[in-house]
Amino acid sequence: MIDSLAHLVSDDSLWSSLFDFSNYGELVVLLKNSIIAGAILGIVGGLIGVFVMARDMAFAVHGISELSFAGASAGLLFGVGVVPGAIGGSLVAAILIGVLGVRARDRNSIIAVLMPFGLGLGILCLALYTGRASNKFGLLTGQIVAVDDPRLGSLLAVCAIVIAGLLVAWRPLLFASTDAQVAAGRGVPTAGVSLLFMVLLGLAVAVSVQIVGSLLVLSILVTPAAAALRVASSPVVVPVLSMAFGVVSVVGGILVALGTSIPISPYVTTISFLIYLVCRIVGEVRERRGSAGGRRARPAVH
Amino acid sequence: MLSVRDAAVRLGERTLWSGLSFDMAPGEFIAVLGANGSGKTTLLTTVLGQRPLTSGSIRVLGSPVRRGNRRIGYVPQQKLADAGTPLRARDLVALGVDGHRWGVPLPSRERRAIVDGILRDVGATGYARARLSALSGGEQQRLRVGQALAGDPALVLCDEPLLSLDLAHQRGVSELIHRERRRRGFGVLFVTHDVNPILDMVDRVLYLAGGRFRIGTPDEVLQSDVLSDLYGAHIDVIRVGGRVVVVGATDSSHHDEEPA
Repeated sequence: MIDSLAHLVSDDSLWSSLFDFSNYGELVVLLKNSIIAGAILGIVGGLIGVFVMARDMAFAVHGISELSFAGASAGLLFGVGVVPGAIGGSLVAAILIGVLGVRARDRNSIIAVLMPFGLGLGILCLALYTGRASNKFGLLTGQIVAVDDPRLGSLLAVCAIVIAGLLVAWRPLLFASTDAQVAAGRGVPTAGVSLLFMVLLGLAVAVSVQIVGSLLVLSILVTPAAAALRVASSPVVVPVLSMAFGVVSVVGGILVALGTSIPISPYVTTISFLIYLVCRIVGEVRERRGSAGGRRARPAVH
Repeated sequence: MLSVRDAAVRLGERTLWSGLSFDMAPGEFIAVLGANGSGKTTLLTTVLGQRPLTSGSIRVLGSPVRRGNRRIGYVPQQKLADAGTPLRARDLVALGVDGHRWGVPLPSRERRAIVDGILRDVGATGYARARLSALSGGEQQRLRVGQALAGDPALVLCDEPLLSLDLAHQRGVSELIHRERRRRGFGVLFVTHDVNPILDMVDRVLYLAGGRFRIGTPDEVLQSDVLSDLYGAHIDVIRVGGRVVVVGATDSSHHDEEPA
């Protein structure tokens, strides 16, 4: 990041640093793997984001991502690798939050305790690490690295597990997220379902950290779903829209970032924020019209 | 249908209730009354199998209680749905049909017909496709009754379902439960701190106080001498304009007067 800032200052034109699309076609081919990884990440983020919103766990996502950062940094320091480190850190955080934070109030305090600890641990590991510096900030703020085939393989495998898990647990998870007590009354194993959700969330966070960095994970795992909920409310339309928003944000961010010397994350976060903004405006306009037009024309009726 | 035998729940030193015994006939409507902390809600959680009895037994439809008995419907306290809930009114009812099954729901004509029928029964057809969190507390509560009906229950447990509803909606929701139990024949165990909205619908009341209980018709139980004996203190039961008010039923967390 320091490098690119220095580059920014030394360059005559700020604009050409933000956007420079010469040799674009070659770059796209070169970064085919990153684009595939981005697309699948958008799908995973959009899908799991719906449940993050339904369970009101945005803060938990942030907490898990800081421990995922700690894990990835430790993986770098001890030579285990960033991917296993990120997954390990994520899972530990997700399970801790899931087991200790059954009630919402407990959960928030546990996350608030874990988060700075994770960040501090990560910074310690990075400070001790003597390898290449470009990896360091990448874990926090994202990086556009050529995703090689083995790494793409591991990303796809983790994403496939998350998607499959969500699809299998879909109905009980939705039921338990809406009203855990009623769901338990109907025979949903609510404790098991929420633990399963935390594990899937941990995996999704670990994958996101590697692309957008731990500080910006919310832009993939929360913003698309929050945007979708502004304009839709059906349990079919919301996830589909959310996935579409996620894919547009991540793939769009990568494609724009290709022509620049800047990490992809500012582009991803900006696109997902703009989508949210548009959805918010559309939602409010509809709401205003709806309140004039009576009950059937309520906002977000599909 | 529901059979409670010498049941007791103790929390540490404190006995919530003990020696509790009663039988509920099919289709019977029993109101569970008592001050805060008298163990009304705990009774429901034991029937749901979510909390074990300290002693005694509860049988539902002839078999011992267990978690997740699908012949039991459950209507919780009114709790407004969160804005992040990706559900419309009809989706909440649909969860009552098959929300416990694994996987993604596939479009099914049968399922849609069941949901449409229930929406009609609870008077929610007009807002079937509206966002759940945009509906009023009374509308959401009708849908929760619908969700409980969707499982074709033999017994419906209601935990203060009228709490924080205005009078018109209190009336509407309790009449809905009353009408559907007549039509479908399920029993109702209805926990409430105020018996008045359902006074003319209930068959019997179960009054819990100080670890003991009385059960009988409202006229038998809601009497000054009966409740005075139950509480071990002087209690006045006053009837004004078709309403029953219990005066003097105090507990640590309660003020002097409360509706029965």
